[in-house]
Amino acid sequence: MEQAKNINDKDIQSLVGNLLRAGVYISMGIVIIGGIIYLFDHSAEKIDYAAFDFNKVSLKTVATIFSEVLTFKGAAIVQFGLLMLIFTPIARVLMAVVSFFLEKDYLYVLIGLIVLAIIMASLSGGFAH
Amino acid sequence: MSVLVFTLIVLVGAFLAGFLGSLTGLGGGVIIIPLLTLGLGVDIHYAIGASIISVIATSTGSAAAYVKEGLTNMRIGMFLEIATTVGAILGAVIAVYLNAGYVAVIFGCILIFSSLMTLKKKVDHSTLEYTSKGAKFFKLNGSYPVNGVETPYAVKNVAGGFFMMLFAGTLSGLLGIGSGALKVIAMDNIMRLPFKVSTTTSNFMMGVTAAASAVVYLHRGQIDPGIAMPVCIGVLIGATVGAKVLVKAKTDKLKIVFAVVVTILAVQMIYKGLTGGF
Repeated sequence: MEQAKNINDKDIQSLVGNLLRAGVYISMGIVIIGGIIYLFDHSAEKIDYAAFDFNKVSLKTVATIFSEVLTFKGAAIVQFGLLMLIFTPIARVLMAVVSFFLEKDYLYVLIGLIVLAIIMASLSGGFAH
Repeated sequence: MSVLVFTLIVLVGAFLAGFLGSLTGLGGGVIIIPLLTLGLGVDIHYAIGASIISVIATSTGSAAAYVKEGLTNMRIGMFLEIATTVGAILGAVIAVYLNAGYVAVIFGCILIFSSLMTLKKKVDHSTLEYTSKGAKFFKLNGSYPVNGVETPYAVKNVAGGFFMMLFAGTLSGLLGIGSGALKVIAMDNIMRLPFKVSTTTSNFMMGVTAAASAVVYLHRGQIDPGIAMPVCIGVLIGATVGAKVLVKAKTDKLKIVFAVVVTILAVQMIYKGLTGGF
């Protein structure tokens, strides 16, 4: 029993490690592609970041980013890549919950779900205003 | 300044921030924010949004390696993430109502504190006294490989560590940094973990913590693709190169030089914050 549990923990570690690495590579790849398109379209324009303006960035919610990315505008692709990067550690928590469930460690299933609930509450946009 | 020139300058600056941040253990976020605000005149709200993204990129990248080596205590990480994510959201929400000048002043203070912490010699506080009821209940006691031999360790003062993490998470969300220095205090000095376990576990938690506040910043319009793109690409590449160099290089002298530079930046941030420069 002890042996089986040990192997399981190692499996989780390897799986989590791979997920994190893949998430970073894929999202950064998307950001780079978006960045190149963005520079092609806007490189000669003047930057304006001296004062924060709430309305300057239009890509602010998960829904708008997902619908705008299909326009293939550089900024939208970059923002989509950044969103994938934000999702990577969140996916890691989800995966840990599943593996703790398989290990029958229900205390940690609960702890993982609490962490997920906190982030989901934030994702819904409730804390931003 | 044109978009192209700005992107290239930020890319180079972010590379250096990531490189030095990983060599000194200070992290890229605390360097990129003064660079953007003091150096390029970017509003601190945008700088924080871009920085928090780079924190996710670098911590997730290195966490992948540490987790596979079995150094990370995933249960401690998950348990303390409750505190850091609540703190991170709290911090990001406070940032909305706090004057940018105050944010800059707090940032400067944390910067000085963190650079002092990198100079302090690390002492291993780990223990084998299995006295904490909390650690037993939450199954936090663990073991890690030392030269190939699994070595056990006991965890102490779970409640103290939890509250320190709440504070670390709040600062992370408020300032857009990983606040690794505070997390390591919570786990090294309060919970008495071996420091290989505490640094890797702190790194493991950083991604989720940063993701929680990044979401708030995204909704607030503080994550601008034009800044976040060169910042996260530059910091990630810099940190990756830094981690490779770190294995071979002696960093003691570099740390002192760097602490001085960072302190000068911090004083400038505090001064500008107090005189209404933000």
